[in-house]
Amino acid sequence: MDKAILLVEDNPDDEALTLRALKKNNIRNEVVIAHDGAEALDYLFGTGKYAGRNTDVLPQVVLLDLKLPKVEGLEVLRRVRADKRTKLLPVVILTSSNEEQDRIDGYGLGANSYVRKPVDFNQFIDAARQLGLYWLILNEPPPSRRS
Amino acid sequence: MPRITHRSITKKLTRMNMLVSGAALCIACVAFVAYDLVSFRQAMVYNLSIQAQMAGSNSVSPLLFNDPQAAENTLSALKAAPNVISAGIYTLDGRPFATYWRDRNGQGQMLPKVPATQTEAHWFKDGQLVLVRTIVFEGKPTGTVYIRSDLREMTHRLKRYAGIAAIVLSASLIAALLVASIFQRAVAEPIVHLAEIARTVSREKSYGMRATPTGKRDEPDILIGAFNEMLGQIQERDGALQQAHDELERRVEERTAQLAAANKELEAFSYSVSHDLRAPLRSIDGFSMALLEDYADRLDEEGKVHLQRIRAATQRMGMLIDDLLNLSRMTRAEIRKETVNLSSLARSVAEGLQEAQPERRIDFRIEDRLEAKADPRLVRVVLENLLGNACKFTSKKTSACIEFGKTRQNGNSAYFVRDNGAGFDPAYANRLFGAFQRLHGATEFPGTGIGLATVQRIIHRHGGQIWAEGAVEKGATFYFNL
Repeated sequence: MDKAILLVEDNPDDEALTLRALKKNNIRNEVVIAHDGAEALDYLFGTGKYAGRNTDVLPQVVLLDLKLPKVEGLEVLRRVRADKRTKLLPVVILTSSNEEQDRIDGYGLGANSYVRKPVDFNQFIDAARQLGLYWLILNEPPPSRRS
Repeated sequence: MPRITHRSITKKLTRMNMLVSGAALCIACVAFVAYDLVSFRQAMVYNLSIQAQMAGSNSVSPLLFNDPQAAENTLSALKAAPNVISAGIYTLDGRPFATYWRDRNGQGQMLPKVPATQTEAHWFKDGQLVLVRTIVFEGKPTGTVYIRSDLREMTHRLKRYAGIAAIVLSASLIAALLVASIFQRAVAEPIVHLAEIARTVSREKSYGMRATPTGKRDEPDILIGAFNEMLGQIQERDGALQQAHDELERRVEERTAQLAAANKELEAFSYSVSHDLRAPLRSIDGFSMALLEDYADRLDEEGKVHLQRIRAATQRMGMLIDDLLNLSRMTRAEIRKETVNLSSLARSVAEGLQEAQPERRIDFRIEDRLEAKADPRLVRVVLENLLGNACKFTSKKTSACIEFGKTRQNGNSAYFVRDNGAGFDPAYANRLFGAFQRLHGATEFPGTGIGLATVQRIIHRHGGQIWAEGAVEKGATFYFNL
């Protein structure tokens, strides 16, 4: 079975549009949605709302927004990279920001990709298609801990 | 503290004192000795002439009676005068009649011949005084008397004088030394003190120092007073300058802090614009499209056109936001200058432009070997905008020609980007570089009106200038220097 995609997005519009874009590209993976950084970490580490979740099952890819309530996107990335369970998890930063500093910080903390959300929805769909193609099909994920 | 000045000025004063007093004394001594010698010689001649007269008078009868023995007896009375070496009586015809010699071994020696013409004469010769007198008896000359005297007494006198002069000279020089040391206290010491203070002040820049006045109301005191006053003025000005400097420093710090705060605010604002303003646009565009896709069957043509207009406006808004962010970024970006090869940079930009519009044939003419000291990233933005504009405004020409090169304008070298496109009305040239200023309608040529404002900011931040020339439908040329 296909692995899930973890979408960390606080804006419901962006959430709906991202889901629509994924659907338009026939990406059928389960999409887990975290509405803030804390929820994302809960999912990944099986805490809080996700207590008891089998944390051996990691998402195929994390689509991470930077501007998030509670725990900032960059802080989520830092903690993901600091934990040996999620150290190798592919993380794609998906954000509105085109600030150089965000890109430097994102890659500096170990982001695998940095994608800017375009205003034009056609471009957005195209970006989602390419992301899906690359991260879900072409990219070989790191070996999971159990195997 | 080094005492060079001290030594030098006191030495000079002492030397001057000694020289002056020594010279005065020497001149006085010489004058006195010369005067004394002259009068002594006169006295000698006078004394010797009296002795000669006496000897001559006493020799009249021996001469008359031809009694040389009696004459020699008379002459031997000269023994009382130890300075007389020899004496003689001569007859009228010049024959020696009687002689006297102070030393016995002189006997037998011939008396010198007395010249007949010199009968009343004396002369100094070989350290001796010779005196000749005619012996007169009852108004008639009867013979000649001759006396030779040594100058021993005069030599003694001279030696004594020399001794006295030496004693006086040394005594007065010692006195001069004492006087000099007193004067040193009065004249040299205040000046030396002043010099030391001046040196300390100029070395340590401590304008609070003051020289101690002598309190004697003399020139050194006036000098010290004036010097102190000058120091006071300098101190005052120094203080004022320091205060102004501190004030300025404080203000610069204040402004820097304000500027930093403003910059930080601006950064936060840009970030917010970049992130938050775009999100709603995405929603508008995305859901408009969703409507178009999912509800196409329930919308008539007009409804679809409205939705298309909404999408176009949204995308235009997105572009505006991006351009604004770019403009603000160019204002804040740190400039790192290095040597940039403008020619190859322009070629790479031109290639990109040509690739974006493969259907057009654009003739790019880029001058070789153009270099500049500039920030390569920012100068690329400049060329992208200027060459991009040239491309855009030549899009309606059948053959587009875009040049990039270097020229001279008003005596200054300037780079230029020239095209043969739509050009502009020179009357509005000053509006070209304002943000959101456009000289063409959006339907004519697309754009946000921020590109040239961004270019101008980059040029200004490099310390350069940018200006443009053009005419409607006759192309445009943008000049800039860095």
